[in-house]
Amino acid sequence: MPHNDDFTIGLNEALSWLDQKRHAVVGEFDVERGYFWTACAAVQNGNPLYWDEQLAAQLTGGPTAPLTLLSAWFRPHYWMPGRDTIPLPWQTHFDLKETLALPEAVATDSEVVFGEPIRPGDRIHCCETLRSLSEVKTTKLGKGRFWVIDAVCHNQHDVWVGTETMTGFGYRNVGARQGQQG
Amino acid sequence: MNSIRYKSLTFEQVHVGDTLPPLAHEVTTTSIILGALASRDWRPMHHDRDFAQQRNGTRDIFMNTPNQAAWLERFITDWAGPKARIGRYKFRMGDSICPGDNMVFNGEVLGTEMDEQGCGWVSLRIALSVGSEEKTRFTARVALPVDEHDNPWARSGDRWRP
Repeated sequence: MPHNDDFTIGLNEALSWLDQKRHAVVGEFDVERGYFWTACAAVQNGNPLYWDEQLAAQLTGGPTAPLTLLSAWFRPHYWMPGRDTIPLPWQTHFDLKETLALPEAVATDSEVVFGEPIRPGDRIHCCETLRSLSEVKTTKLGKGRFWVIDAVCHNQHDVWVGTETMTGFGYRNVGARQGQQG
Repeated sequence: MNSIRYKSLTFEQVHVGDTLPPLAHEVTTTSIILGALASRDWRPMHHDRDFAQQRNGTRDIFMNTPNQAAWLERFITDWAGPKARIGRYKFRMGDSICPGDNMVFNGEVLGTEMDEQGCGWVSLRIALSVGSEEKTRFTARVALPVDEHDNPWARSGDRWRP
């Protein structure tokens, strides 16, 4: 690799992204209940909050989405007419890989904080922000940089519904794997 | 509306050191693909074995992050009941979860806290293991009703501090 020892490639550009809102996306469809049940079925989640209409009305004022479906509401469809490529969630993560010339990356940590419940008919929008970019670090995977990215999500009334925070490590020189590659 | 009967833990019933009932699941190709598609994750390493092995170097397709989170949510609410409201969770992924793995969730109450708004919070430490290997470590902060009349889901704005 021609730039194997140069870890300043693209650094100034990447640093200019710190605390800037990037890649605002709006969900391509309204939140729908079919997904609630599909998601619950996938993990055999029998929480009556998601299956019992009367209980949902009593506790949450009506149906709400399983909390951990948050990211589903702004993920793009696999295919749409006229679209040549699939937009990637966590686009900033992939931008950093490319800009910093770090061909490999893993997501090492994930944190999600939940706000107002998401309900059928909601339309979720989300915006990414790069929160930090580390000095060059060496791990058992290789040499590279850690970064922390927030994805802040609101509903159509601009009410906060949740924030996902992802820590990634972009690196060169693959060794033993750790985390999920992305 | 008639009151519906269901099991839900209250804050006062939970103590530091309590353990959650373990949750075991035999992971299959179907459960991994179902979980990926349910969370609208179309990336091929979660449904295409050749891609996962050749591009990711994994044993097989592997469970995607949102699906691990969905299992975590089930694990917590199986224990605490429908009134429990997860405020936040954090996790660190180690090795991948693949078909054939018998994954087991175990959890423990690390702390309890009543916030200034009178919301009762429990902090949990949870591990997802396969055999003796810990694959993913979680922490979670979960609101529980302080008594049978309280409902964490009724909190919003300044009264909800996850």
